[in-house]
Amino acid sequence: MDALILQILNGLDKGGAYALIALGLTLVFGTLGVVNFAHGAIFMVGAFCAVTLQKVLTISTKVRDESVTLFEAYKEVPILEAKFPVVGAVIVDYSVPLAIIFAIPVMLLLGLLMERGLIRHFYKRPHADQILVTFGLAIICQEIIRHYFGANPIPQSAPEIVAGSANIGAFLGLGDNVVYPWWRLIYLMFSFLVISGVFAFLQFTTFGMVVRAGMQDREMVGLLGIDIQRRFTIVFGLAAVVAGLAGVMYTPILPPDYHMGMDFLVLSFVVVVVGGMGSLGGAVLAGFLLGILQSFASMNEIKSYLPGIDQIIIYLVAVVVLLVRPRGLLGRKGVMED
Amino acid sequence: MSKKPTTGNWTRRDVLKASAASAAITGAPLFFSRHAYGADFLNNPGDGGTVTLGFNVPQSGAYADEGADELRAYKLAVKHLNGEGDGGMMNTLQPSALKGNGILGKKVEYVTGDTQTKSDAARASAKRMIEKDGVVMVTGGSSSGVAIAVQGLCQDAGIIFMAGLTHSNDTTGKDKKANGFRHFFNAYMSGAALGPVLEKEYGTDRRAYHLTADYTWGWTQEESIIASTEAIGWTTAETVKTPVGAGDFSQYITPVLNSGADVLILNHYGKDMINSLTQAVQFGLKDKQVNGKEFQIVVPLYSRLMAQGAGDAVKGIFGSTNWHWSLSDAGSQAFVKSFGQEYGFPPSQAAHTCYVQTLLYADACERAGTFEPCQVVTALEGHTFDGMGNGPTEYRAGDHQCFKDVLVVKGKDNPSSQFDLLEVVEVTPRAQVEYPVDHPMFAGGDLGSCNNGA
Repeated sequence: MDALILQILNGLDKGGAYALIALGLTLVFGTLGVVNFAHGAIFMVGAFCAVTLQKVLTISTKVRDESVTLFEAYKEVPILEAKFPVVGAVIVDYSVPLAIIFAIPVMLLLGLLMERGLIRHFYKRPHADQILVTFGLAIICQEIIRHYFGANPIPQSAPEIVAGSANIGAFLGLGDNVVYPWWRLIYLMFSFLVISGVFAFLQFTTFGMVVRAGMQDREMVGLLGIDIQRRFTIVFGLAAVVAGLAGVMYTPILPPDYHMGMDFLVLSFVVVVVGGMGSLGGAVLAGFLLGILQSFASMNEIKSYLPGIDQIIIYLVAVVVLLVRPRGLLGRKGVMED
Repeated sequence: MSKKPTTGNWTRRDVLKASAASAAITGAPLFFSRHAYGADFLNNPGDGGTVTLGFNVPQSGAYADEGADELRAYKLAVKHLNGEGDGGMMNTLQPSALKGNGILGKKVEYVTGDTQTKSDAARASAKRMIEKDGVVMVTGGSSSGVAIAVQGLCQDAGIIFMAGLTHSNDTTGKDKKANGFRHFFNAYMSGAALGPVLEKEYGTDRRAYHLTADYTWGWTQEESIIASTEAIGWTTAETVKTPVGAGDFSQYITPVLNSGADVLILNHYGKDMINSLTQAVQFGLKDKQVNGKEFQIVVPLYSRLMAQGAGDAVKGIFGSTNWHWSLSDAGSQAFVKSFGQEYGFPPSQAAHTCYVQTLLYADACERAGTFEPCQVVTALEGHTFDGMGNGPTEYRAGDHQCFKDVLVVKGKDNPSSQFDLLEVVEVTPRAQVEYPVDHPMFAGGDLGSCNNGA
């Protein structure tokens, strides 16, 4: 029972990340009809917004390290913490949550620049061209990050107050074995919040209504005198913000490196395909479903019968779903079928 | 009747015959003794003024940190071999044939490659170095999978391979090769050194849970640590293989909480170890009580670079290491001083082994008087030396593995500087980590004969 609860939490956690990335991916596909292979890179750039803010907050002066005698070694003393010991330390401690504020305008700008500067020129081109150009864009983003931040992961810490784990077992009366890190629980709640926010935005605002109408019939909305293209550009920016925030919040769980976007991209595409191309609900459903299945497949009881199943479960499920429901779980007729 | 044209008493035909005969007579000894003269082997630098070494290290991937430090050490070794800088360990190596004028009077040059921590990329990079750049020796790591792949390539090509950071038993076990040499210690040695320390610290009644990187190094380390911990009375609760570069290990860590195990052994290295250890601590394993005992985490193969990446998570955690910069012997001090002055921070164990391997190769060439691989192999086999930071050391002829003392270390609770992260708790003597060439964990391979590549 304890193990089941833990693996469900684990799966929801992973699923949250998959769903957030897949949501943006399918949103862009549903509105602009573009298969955006640079979406993983956007997630990675978001994570590096947190790294950048942490680096800015900890800009240091070099002071001779007297404890090393064999050569001249220097230790770094962060200026902010040296000048304002209490406030400075608190600000540095909360650098990841603060990075959300920093990341929103950066990611929005990046999304708009990507769409206006490059991707719009490929709307009428075949999907293969779109894949090639967005994949190239992803590689460029990766190499820029690698150039400035190096190839190694850069650890980010969650604020001290949520650095430990929550004893869920004691709360539920199940003993002390069900503990789960606070930050992962926060990430789970954060993903629910963002997903709900996006759905509410599309469902309950006029802007969202127009976008949904545009997704159904772009030409008709255009004929009604609405500049649907401008709204779709904003949707691209919104998708970039969602992926970027998912990246920012993921940094205390997984130290970011330049390649993390590619690692998530492949999984997110599987999520989108399993959920149904262009279906927002499908992406979220498939994200959580695959996250949970991946977690369960890693359990020793299952691995002892099917060794290596944890590595292939996602792809296996994708094959089965596509065989049984070729349009994905919630896919609609006519998407990518013309 | 016309007269034949003559040159003195010699006819033209006589001159031609004599020339051919003298060419055959003078050329014959060279033909039959070409190997003895060392003239014919792959990438022979000949009369040129330079010799090229190939440094094949991971500059990206899970072991990129180690790779960057290895490259720094190689560059420093080249500097010292060419007589620049303060000489570092060249001043402490005993015995030494090094002169500080390159190798055999030829200036040392180098080419570098990125293994990407992938066997195929590493082999492609080494192949390019051998075929295009004409290197006489390839060296590098990290990752045992990569080292074994490149060692095999060098054996087939006829080039010496001086392994960098590779810890799998297989490198000098079932996959050993006559052209390959390893200075770094191995998984068996880690187990043999750690066993008695773990017994002293945590007692004999423990249940261990292994998370293991799913490739040659992980498998052999898991086997070695299980053997040494079961020998002191511990039991093994579970062994779980994890993919290299998994990133998020949470789905492998949560089952540990309910397994009844009271020790988690992380057979991970580099980026994987940083992630799995950090996440294990986030899941509260360090503060957990199981079976009435405090839960413990052990990292059998440790490095300062990993400790730096994992931050506070390493405090109080035991492991083993090949070398540490805080050692006080003359060789270690000379190397730390030299490396620190060059780069502003102390070297890692990966840097140390790579630096030492370059110097040992150069020394063997000087003693052999040639770059010819088979003669270099003879010079290295059974060679004993000191002054390289690990005490008296021997390159065993039977498997080309170095035998020397091993360090057991612990994450320091109160570091005095950003580099002072590990403390050496025991120097395990060579005798305790030694094993016969045909030990079951190393059986199944054959050195074969050396290859000159000609």
